[in-house]
Amino acid sequence: MWSGRRGLLRSSGCGVEELRCRRREREAALRKARREQQLVSKRLLRDEATEEAEGGCVVVILGEAEIQEFLRLALRGTEEKERERALVSLRRGLQHPETQQTFIRLEGSIRTLVGLLTSNQALLQLEAARCLHELSHSEQSAVAEACLPATSYLLTYLSGHSSDFIELCLYTLGNLIVESEAVRRQLLPQGIVPALAACIQSPHLTVLEALGYALSQLLQAKEAPEKIIPSASTDSLVLGSTLPQHILQLLQPGPKLNLGVAVEFAWCLHYIICSQVNNALLITQGALTTLGLLLLDLAAAVQRTEDAGLELLVCPVVRCLSNLLTEAAAETVGGPMQLRDERVLAALFILLQFFLHKQPSLLPEGLWLLNNLTANSPSFCTSLISLDLIEPLLHLLSVSNVVSVLVLTVLCNVAEKGPAYCQHLWPGLLLPTLLDTLALSDTEVVGQSLELLQLLFLYQPGAAQAFLQQSGLQALQRHEEVAQLQDRVHALQQTALHG
Amino acid sequence: MQLPPALHARLAGAPGAAAPLPVQRDSLAGNAPFRFAARQVRFPREHEFFEDGDVQRHLYLQDVITQVAAEPERPRVPEFTCQVAGCCQAFDALEDYEHHYHTLHGNVCSSCKRAFPSGHLLDTHIQEWHDSLFQILAERQDMYQCLVEGCTEKFRTSRDRKEHLVTHHLYPADFRFDKPRKGRRPASQVSTEAIGEDRAPSEGDAMEVCSEQAEAHPEPPRERRVYSHRIPSTVCFGQGASRGFKSTKKASARDGGARAVNSQLTEAVGDARVRGRDPLWVTRARRAAATPHNALWRHVGWHVYPILGSCSF
Repeated sequence: MWSGRRGLLRSSGCGVEELRCRRREREAALRKARREQQLVSKRLLRDEATEEAEGGCVVVILGEAEIQEFLRLALRGTEEKERERALVSLRRGLQHPETQQTFIRLEGSIRTLVGLLTSNQALLQLEAARCLHELSHSEQSAVAEACLPATSYLLTYLSGHSSDFIELCLYTLGNLIVESEAVRRQLLPQGIVPALAACIQSPHLTVLEALGYALSQLLQAKEAPEKIIPSASTDSLVLGSTLPQHILQLLQPGPKLNLGVAVEFAWCLHYIICSQVNNALLITQGALTTLGLLLLDLAAAVQRTEDAGLELLVCPVVRCLSNLLTEAAAETVGGPMQLRDERVLAALFILLQFFLHKQPSLLPEGLWLLNNLTANSPSFCTSLISLDLIEPLLHLLSVSNVVSVLVLTVLCNVAEKGPAYCQHLWPGLLLPTLLDTLALSDTEVVGQSLELLQLLFLYQPGAAQAFLQQSGLQALQRHEEVAQLQDRVHALQQTALHG
Repeated sequence: MQLPPALHARLAGAPGAAAPLPVQRDSLAGNAPFRFAARQVRFPREHEFFEDGDVQRHLYLQDVITQVAAEPERPRVPEFTCQVAGCCQAFDALEDYEHHYHTLHGNVCSSCKRAFPSGHLLDTHIQEWHDSLFQILAERQDMYQCLVEGCTEKFRTSRDRKEHLVTHHLYPADFRFDKPRKGRRPASQVSTEAIGEDRAPSEGDAMEVCSEQAEAHPEPPRERRVYSHRIPSTVCFGQGASRGFKSTKKASARDGGARAVNSQLTEAVGDARVRGRDPLWVTRARRAAATPHNALWRHVGWHVYPILGSCSF
């Protein structure tokens, strides 16, 4: 049966350097796609074990006659094994784009495949579904859209019980969903949301992961905020269905949390939340509490294991929390996980350290959450001080400009609360660090340093003096001519000299 | 980035918040030319701030980076056979058996032995086909429920429901799990019958496991005679010219012509092994499309075996 999500890159014959190179290429392609707002990825489910047994990665291109012969055998073969083998051969051929093109142009081919899909021969059904899956994965729109006649059946089978088959149907649907708005315009009236809402109650982890994938594709669609997410009166749209509650349930931390499943649903939640449709509803359903507890759990997990892939879950959780905190409804949240719990801060810093080692490009997102936690919260600013987190924060200043700006912003969040806070900021590394940042040339970083300096001069007696003594004026002079910085530089110079 | 050692202990400790230090702001703070104001920030979906994380997410989807959770190996077990009466399919993996069972033996109607892909469809079937109260009520009110989960519409006739499925839910007109009840169907309705005609010849009653006892139901033969008018003349497999599936041509329209090509209707689908055990089903062999129905019987091709339990067409 289908298992294994390992990549199509086989280790034999592909050196490490080649793999890295390919990864860089893919990454560049994805960035480009995202900038054009065309970020679309399909998932291919292939059973590697079976493939190796079948003789390696040679993909055969099938011609029209061969395809017809396989179809004929699949339908009319007298021996069950013969029929199955024919479909397997067809499926292997369909791994090649050329075969796919030939297949879809052949009259009646899809119809036959759908017929086999809905047959009551279990193994034929499965093989037919695999063939459809190969087609759905194609990058050619025509090929993927050729699968449309099967969608009503794929949806019907989601209420069945065979977990492998359902998993396959879900991945196929997920690939089709992402294909075009036209496809989604068919799937929505066909009842995809209620079908998913029913299917999400399955106990099978593989099914859940596949469902999360399909749902995340649906929610990532451009038209999702208007046409897919809203909480309309019917349950045919996401927020009106039972999906959000189930998603939150699947994200509950604890021994039952499965990483693969959680990753998919965390991304689903992120797409819902950042669409800003009805976040208050999610808050009433306990989203903040669940996500907060999950963050704590992840910080603990990150210390325990070098688990590859935790950042895939941490990223969407951080995003969801950060965006939800900006909602007015977040203020009134009570319950077991008050978002004033300083363990959240501890967890976040542990995760920031984790990002620093594993995925520095995610540091800005973590710091964004830190900003949203501290901006309007004297309690969190106090915790930052009492938990000795100022110094670790300062250490992040050397990572990148974006990170530096965010770190300085958080420090400003603390400093702007007044003398009681600045008092705890002042001695120590802050002055030398600020002088270092003033030596940089990035305008944003320097600008934010100037803001912090103003607050320190205002609230911390002796700060200006110390600044002067450490050649602060010379540090400021560098930026006297820079348009965005001039006014602030002069103001600071005045303050430092004249008090 | 060195974290204070007490931090990990704090994480594992009790929930709680620090008593906040007193806040005391000066009105000069953040005044021009300065501009800082502490504020929360929210980012919408397409914001470039999310670029890195999104790219990582998609690399994962494309499986280039590490797999998150290891897939368990599917264990092979010693071969065993399906325990349902009359079925002797063998398996060596539990998942294969699970799929077989649910496809053929799960959601089976105990009255007519048809199998359905879901409990929902089975329930609908039982209600509409085997519940006499339903028939009575249906004369007075809308009883035919829409098949799409979540849609609460009901209709007076199954035809209306089908209409709704097609226009409202964009279902295919020949959706296989929506068949009007055979017994009640007048001959004229056959033309809308979603069985067999221009479909893949493999399954007439796909997913509906037919178990009509030959002796008990004269219906099936009659039904097949009706089919003989509807056989798509151009469909053929393996016999003579290999053609694909063309659109339906009513056999009657071709009565005049000589038919060189035999067409094949639905295929007997079932366990090959069951065949060896005297199951009764009817294999629809090749037959001439234009043959008038009573000639069909004479023509050839009905291999009749006793039917067992859940075999299928």
